[in-house]
Amino acid sequence: MGNVIGIGAAPKRKEDQRFLTGRGNYVSDIKRPGMTAGVFVRSPHGHAMLRGIDKTAALAAPGVIAVLTGDDVAADGLGSLPCGWGITDAKGVPMKEPPFPMLAQNKVRFVGDMVAVVIAETPEQANAAAELLEVNYEVLPSVVGVLEAIRPDAPQLFDDVPNNICCDWELGDKAAVEAAFKKAAHVAKLSLVNNRLIGNPMEPRAAIAEYEPGTDRFTLWTTSQFPHVVRFLMGALVLNIPQHKLRVVAPDVGGGFGVKQFHYGEEAVITWAAKRVRRPVKWVASRSEGYVSDRHGRDHVTEAELALDETGKFLAFRVNTLANMGGYLSTFGPNIPTNLYGPLLGGVYTTPAIYCNVKVVFTNTVPVDAYRGAGRPEATFVLERIVDVAAAEMGIDRVEIRRRNMIPKEAYPYQTPVLVQYDSGDPMGCLDGALVAADVKNFGIRKAASASKGKFRGLGYSTYVEACGLAPSRFAGRLGARGGLYESATVRVHPTGQVTVMIGTHNHGQGHETTFAQIVSDKLGVAFENVDIVFGDTDRVQFGMGTYGSRSLVVGGAALSKATDKVIAKGKKIASHLLEAAEVDIQFESGKFSVAGTDRSKTFEEIAGAAYVPHNYPLEVLEPGLEEQAYYDPVNFTYPGGCHIAEVEVDPETGTVTLVNYTAVDDVGTVINPMIVEGQLHGGIVQGVGQALFENAVYDEGSGQLLSGSLMDYCMPRADHLPMMKVATHSTLCTHTPMGVKGCGEVGTIGSPAAVINAVVDALSHLGVTHVDMPATPNRIWRLLQNASLPVAAE
Amino acid sequence: MKPFAYHQPDQIPDAAKLLTSIEDSKLVAGGMTLIPTLKQRLASPVALVDLSKLGNLKGITDDGATITIGAMTPHAVVAASKLVQTRIPALAALASMIGDPAVRSRGTIGGSVANNDPAADYPAGVLGLGATIVTSMREIAADKFFLGLFETALEPGEIITAVRLPVPLKAGYAKFKAPASRYALVGVFVAKFADGVRVAVTGAGPGVFRVPPMEAALSANFDPSAIAAIRIDTDGLTSDIHAEADYRAHLVTVMAKRAVDAALS
Ligand SMILES: Cc1cc2nc3c(=O)[nH]c(=O)nc-3n(C[C@H](O)[C@H](O)[C@H](O)COP(=O)(O)OP(=O)(O)OC[C@H]3O[C@@H](n4cnc5c(N)ncnc54)[C@H](O)[C@@H]3O)c2cc1C
Repeated sequence: MGNVIGIGAAPKRKEDQRFLTGRGNYVSDIKRPGMTAGVFVRSPHGHAMLRGIDKTAALAAPGVIAVLTGDDVAADGLGSLPCGWGITDAKGVPMKEPPFPMLAQNKVRFVGDMVAVVIAETPEQANAAAELLEVNYEVLPSVVGVLEAIRPDAPQLFDDVPNNICCDWELGDKAAVEAAFKKAAHVAKLSLVNNRLIGNPMEPRAAIAEYEPGTDRFTLWTTSQFPHVVRFLMGALVLNIPQHKLRVVAPDVGGGFGVKQFHYGEEAVITWAAKRVRRPVKWVASRSEGYVSDRHGRDHVTEAELALDETGKFLAFRVNTLANMGGYLSTFGPNIPTNLYGPLLGGVYTTPAIYCNVKVVFTNTVPVDAYRGAGRPEATFVLERIVDVAAAEMGIDRVEIRRRNMIPKEAYPYQTPVLVQYDSGDPMGCLDGALVAADVKNFGIRKAASASKGKFRGLGYSTYVEACGLAPSRFAGRLGARGGLYESATVRVHPTGQVTVMIGTHNHGQGHETTFAQIVSDKLGVAFENVDIVFGDTDRVQFGMGTYGSRSLVVGGAALSKATDKVIAKGKKIASHLLEAAEVDIQFESGKFSVAGTDRSKTFEEIAGAAYVPHNYPLEVLEPGLEEQAYYDPVNFTYPGGCHIAEVEVDPETGTVTLVNYTAVDDVGTVINPMIVEGQLHGGIVQGVGQALFENAVYDEGSGQLLSGSLMDYCMPRADHLPMMKVATHSTLCTHTPMGVKGCGEVGTIGSPAAVINAVVDALSHLGVTHVDMPATPNRIWRLLQNASLPVAAE
Repeated sequence: MKPFAYHQPDQIPDAAKLLTSIEDSKLVAGGMTLIPTLKQRLASPVALVDLSKLGNLKGITDDGATITIGAMTPHAVVAASKLVQTRIPALAALASMIGDPAVRSRGTIGGSVANNDPAADYPAGVLGLGATIVTSMREIAADKFFLGLFETALEPGEIITAVRLPVPLKAGYAKFKAPASRYALVGVFVAKFADGVRVAVTGAGPGVFRVPPMEAALSANFDPSAIAAIRIDTDGLTSDIHAEADYRAHLVTVMAKRAVDAALS
């Protein structure tokens, strides 16, 4: 018998046994009898009319089974890929929602847009045949940048979307903000770009679909963060397959970061094709294919203004953003730069009036959707940058200006002027902790040491908050969500007392099999090794919404906690019968049901046994068995946050920025497994550092070609780019989640870009530099220094 | 990848014959450059002629005034070679900066020089040292070998068997890595010989090139300060999403100074 490993412990991860020994089971590992290979033909043009496709040569190629195009989709009367959010503009007019056909019809709108699928006996044959498909394109000019796309003479992606504007969205009290700006002693202004990113999970996307004529059932194995939602969207809205005739399995998935939380056309096409060819079809994306088809992230152009009084108190904040949606609306697309952005503009400050306008814009680029942090990194970057700009302009210390405006711990719960109400937090505590951990008081010594080597050293702060644990369904519904955002868990206690949990979230690297098992082990007193977590299969698990928005522990864990409580409650009833005591006198502790004040007790295993062999059991009033299910719909978002401090060194000769120290003190609520939390923080921070210093998806205006279309040109952060990080938690407990948890999956990515860029600007501020756009590449920094108002130290 | 025939001859003349007799055939050495292009279907030779079974193409020998590196010698072997580390430490350092451990264990000096990637490291070392490329047919001076973007003086069927490198008095290599690929955004190799200094630049333009004004200045005074004010012309330099031509030109001076520093240290 193993041990209870409970909340707060840091056992090694259960899932690593199979991952580290090469025994994972990823989609591309799966082989089905009679399997065929699907290869997609994608548009090489950013924008073009489709003037006909000649399949003859491709169909005649060796091994080819079928070639399917948009015309075949239309002939079968299938739906287009649905958008899960419908936002409205200030007047309540719904966003423009043009169809997103799973294979292009009449027109292609980005490089990578799917034109056809070729199905053959082998991937090589399918690839060879795909090269023979004759597609007649009439190339149109492309528009890839948001500023260009809204010009009156810009190429128009859709006939009925004037100026390519999907929605002109706003939030906040515009009049109150204007009034506050009139009274302001100082107004800080900032224009910035939030660079476009490509998620690059280690495992490229893949799918296999199979149709079983005997039962008229489909099975889709797919690299997804939310298999039930794929079943719902694809079955009900695209392919017209009844839910009970469709099984979606997301087995081991090698990283997601948001990229795999959308319903993709590839899944739908191969599921449809599997029935047409009556054989399983498998598609595995290459890395290059991922670059032009995985949904991208971020891509904003923003103008922000902060009004302050003479003491540096924030009076009002106004933000105008153009957000790139790419060529079509992806599953969560329009929600990200609006509902997950505007409400975060209050940050950890008491700014009384905030107004935000976001124009959501179509361009000839890959559709843009959620990427780790999704909207909140963008909001945090705008806010934390402009705070630094204001501090510099008013001659107030950057830490001091933050303190003057921070929400004090006692002021929680705190209602912001932008919808959200923070339940708990202690930003000042995080800041104080981080100042010590980062050894800020000796920064001057380190800066002088750098200067003696001809380097400029800078320090950057980001004191931030985010909203996660997506999400209260009713609240989300009011904002335009077309689905619920609860989560579900089933706790199945076996007759011998071991436990299998079926949970609606999906584990793709986060360590859920460990964290959730700790919760069950802790609450039921069952050995850690006697708890298994099952997820990712719609035939095995009840409906669940999946994993994104740092929701798994916050929402899924809450459902699990509730279901576990139900098991205990039923166990008490059984114990009360067996121990011949009143139910109120039964206590449950450390895996034992006992009668208060006596030494009479039954173990958890004995109760489980009695539930399944109900010879001595109150069958008149209680059903046999010990299995409970719970759905949990959160009452609010959770609001993790903290303080990140980055320290950089800039080599003025080459423009190279080196991150030399990084400190994060985060409030993530209750920590179930500190090792896993630390790993999530590390990974999140690295992704934010990637955005700040390295990553950039670059398109060519006019042709719409992706210039950063491979790892040779898209720079991912690497181990040698990073210092050892100092991460710590300073937690206040969430007041409305069952265990006080807040979520930690995205905080690192949300807090870090501003910290890094603030440090870069600090390093260069003596040269008159006031802002640096991301990524702060050597080329960009060198150019800034060329144009800087003061001469760089003589060489 | 498209299907192809595979040959593994054990004599150089056999390899050369296969190359000339089979149209659209290609040599494969470490495969680090060739295999990715096959996978992406950018190249589709009908036959590959593998050099790995040919005798004598691997290894490093000391010839006194020169050292000779067999064409099939992997980068990792050059980087770790005590001989290279003592005779031309800058070349061992250069080899250690190529790619990652996997690439260095497979990729070869012959493949790198034959490929003449405009951002590759070896061409800078080979040109900077004024090396001689030894082939199955003749010997070619480095100054005559590199002809610009992926172009060399190699004739069809000609196989590099070794590279012979003069041992300099001092040499240094400084590489500014392209952020994503880690090839040279700009790499400068500086070598000082009794009769003068050679400076070779990779990464900055469509092919490796020498910088005569820096060579003259360093021949007079082998010190970073001698070239600090020399700016190379941006004409003909590469501009891409990572760096524009003027930044590359600036980096040539910075990296040249650092290469001299490295040579002096
Ligand atoms: C991830 C990655 C990173 C890399 N980073 C760098 C880097 O930082 N710096 C750098 O310089 N390089 C880099 N490279 C390239 C690497 O050094 C290659 O090994 C080298 O360019 C080619 O050597 P190879 O032996 O692999 O040649 P192959 O790929 O086998 O062949 C390359 C070409 O040369 C021809 N060829 C090969 N040998 C001979 C010969 N003896 N005679 C005539 N022709 C021949 C082949 O026919 C082919 O056309 C990188 C490669 C990869 C995959």
